[in-house]
Amino acid sequence: MRGTSLFLLSVSVAVLAANAPACAAWQPQKPIEFVATAGPGGGTDNLARAVQNVIAKHKLTDQPIVVVNKGGGSGAEGYVYGKASAGDPYKVIFGTSNAWQQPLVSKVAFNYTDLTPIAAMAQDEFLLWVKQDAPYKTAGDYLKAAASGQFKMGGAQSKDTDEVLTRMIEKVGHVKLTYIPFKSGAEAAVQLAGGHIDSHVNNPSESLGQWRGGTQRPLCVFSPKRLPEGPKITATEGWSDVPTCVEQGLDIKQYEQPRTVWLPGKVTPEQAAYYVDLMKKVQATPEWKDYIEKTSQVDTFLTGAEFDKFIKQDLEHVKQVASEQGWLVK
Amino acid sequence: MDNLSELLHGFSIAVTVPHLVLMAVGVLLGILVGVLPGLGAPNGVSLLLPLTFGMQPVSAIILLSSMYWGALFGGSVTSILFNIPGEPSSVATTFDGYPMARDGRPTTALATAFGSAAFGALVGVILITFLASWVAQVALAFGPPEYFAVYFLAFASFVGMGGAAPIKTVVALAIGFAIAAIGIDTVSGSVRLTMGIDELVKGVNFVVAVMGLFGIGELLVAVEEEFHARAVSSRIDWAEVFRAVVRLPRHGVALLRSAAIGCWMGITPGGPTAASFMSYGIARRFSRRGRYFGTGEVEGIISPETADHAAGTSALLPMLSLGIPGSATAAVMMGGLMIWGLNPGPMLFVDQKDFVWGLIASMYVGNIVAVALVLLTVPVFAALMRIPFVVIAPLIVIICVVGAYSVSNSYLDVVMMLGFGIVGYLFKKLFYPLAPLVLAIVIGDKAEDAFRQSMLMSKGSLGIFFANKLVTCLVIAGIALLLLPLVLQLARPFRKSTSPTAEAPAQEKVII
Repeated sequence: MRGTSLFLLSVSVAVLAANAPACAAWQPQKPIEFVATAGPGGGTDNLARAVQNVIAKHKLTDQPIVVVNKGGGSGAEGYVYGKASAGDPYKVIFGTSNAWQQPLVSKVAFNYTDLTPIAAMAQDEFLLWVKQDAPYKTAGDYLKAAASGQFKMGGAQSKDTDEVLTRMIEKVGHVKLTYIPFKSGAEAAVQLAGGHIDSHVNNPSESLGQWRGGTQRPLCVFSPKRLPEGPKITATEGWSDVPTCVEQGLDIKQYEQPRTVWLPGKVTPEQAAYYVDLMKKVQATPEWKDYIEKTSQVDTFLTGAEFDKFIKQDLEHVKQVASEQGWLVK
Repeated sequence: MDNLSELLHGFSIAVTVPHLVLMAVGVLLGILVGVLPGLGAPNGVSLLLPLTFGMQPVSAIILLSSMYWGALFGGSVTSILFNIPGEPSSVATTFDGYPMARDGRPTTALATAFGSAAFGALVGVILITFLASWVAQVALAFGPPEYFAVYFLAFASFVGMGGAAPIKTVVALAIGFAIAAIGIDTVSGSVRLTMGIDELVKGVNFVVAVMGLFGIGELLVAVEEEFHARAVSSRIDWAEVFRAVVRLPRHGVALLRSAAIGCWMGITPGGPTAASFMSYGIARRFSRRGRYFGTGEVEGIISPETADHAAGTSALLPMLSLGIPGSATAAVMMGGLMIWGLNPGPMLFVDQKDFVWGLIASMYVGNIVAVALVLLTVPVFAALMRIPFVVIAPLIVIICVVGAYSVSNSYLDVVMMLGFGIVGYLFKKLFYPLAPLVLAIVIGDKAEDAFRQSMLMSKGSLGIFFANKLVTCLVIAGIALLLLPLVLQLARPFRKSTSPTAEAPAQEKVII
């Protein structure tokens, strides 16, 4: 008798389990690994940890989440790891536009097509920064002064977003800049404060403290319209007071760096849909809004066809710059 | 004296019961991650980071920085007892710490290391307290040429003063540079020396290299030599802890010199690793017992440890005032600052006085708590040395394998670690020095980046290294240190009193 009821019980459990995916879609059954394609403390790492924090706080999943850093090779380590984990829905990779830009210009062993795109969750803006006591007040003045050909532009990494933007400025502004690659935007900011370089194109969060401290100031933002109003950074100015570069005669309408989320390749559409939904839930929390504001990023959410279109457009653009500079890998 | 009243205010924040408890918890956790293989301070701090999101920023930073102190102390434990440095900056501690421990004096070695580390940290904090604004200005003066000059100085102080044959030092350096070049190159963005292994794009992690070179390499040598195979008899001796600490002031010159080197390298910011190597190299040259370095000399432990902690502590200053993290752990803490809604930068000292001075005050108190706790644990750790070799040897292998794997959960790292073990063994058998190899692995790529950035800036002219007073002084000091042994050798025939044969046997022993 006991055996029969146990049997019945197990049958019903089995039936329930078999039915579960149909009504509740895919659910994670073991711990999830967040792979940050950057070292501890970088922007991408902060994003992964902020998402982890929001998920844990609101109990958006029952499974524990661990963040691991694979930032070697300008992030290539993390993407290669993602490629090698094909079919594993328990690895979520956090990156930037690096995922499609890096394979264009260096011989790394992955391409963004090896991964399953989930979403672009936040956009980092770019600004043109100069030293506080520099004589030029607008981007136009800066370009005039840079015509001497002696200007040094700093940035993070080589042939990456910062250098692409630098080459665009050269082309649009008809100037020649010497690009000096550093390990990170934070390093470039310190070099500018010390007067070792003339300018850099950091994201807001990378130079916020420096602006407030009066060592450097933004000339213009590479965005179609001014940044949203927020608290004042210096005594008199906030982000919304920074003019757009187009306003100032530097005709680059838009240049942004998305923070991107990926799964390894060969996962099922249900698994991908689960994470898209999870990230949407994260984005709706007040903690997320707080994170976006504190890091001075722009809240966006691109997924599916929209995300795909964004990648294609950006890729075309970078390809053009890269081929003009002779960076494309054969 | 403004700073002093601010500091007193800071103490009123730091010395409260909840904060003292946080310090003790942080220090204990830190010692744990420092002693455990492959974890280390940066990982430990990033694991704790999410827990701090709901805390007051000042409490959060006190917890994290206490953990940092604890991990720095804990890292020296494995360096001394098992020849496995947990952090790049504790490599130089193995040179004399490990021989002394093997010699049956693990208590003395540990107590000396902790005592001098505490001294270094204290000097670092005092420097931060009184010279905060001046120090921030010094760091700003450092562009790529100056960075290169500092690294050059670190290399030169070691090469010029190493005990091994100069040509062997150069060979070891060259191999280290080649290993450092593996992976993506910052300046050109291209992939180098991956030899068809995709995963190598991440480069060679330091922990993987030193665990093999020191841990496994030493083990292989020990298996061969009967001497090592016996257990070391170490008594649990609290009095010896006390005696070792009391003896420290006798080495006042070494302490002060190392603290000065450490502070200088921490600010400039050459970092704790370069500082500890440089301090060791210089101590060997200037100590009267320099020729015995590498065999368990007290000053060989004092010098790197003091410099390491002085640099580690003063490196927090550029992080707070400029937003440049001086070490990996500082980088994680900086990430934390941003999440807590604070922006590192010159304005932090104006806007967030409570936070900054609370932290600085906690550095005094935290270090005292840390040193008290670690000194209490010395006899316990020293007792580990009594475990017989047949038990400890497999344990070391396990520690190294787990440590290498946990760096980035990669099997390749384990294979590389074992490969480095064989390299370490061969180096020892052939009397090649390991120190320059490790130094080149750790700061080789930074030196290369700085050199190439300088060349980009000057459009290829070496004149940039003599462009201003600061960089010229650094370069000339470097060249002088490099040529010193050569000059001394040339001068020797004229000074009959020194006989070259007397030094020959000592040199053999000194190879590390």
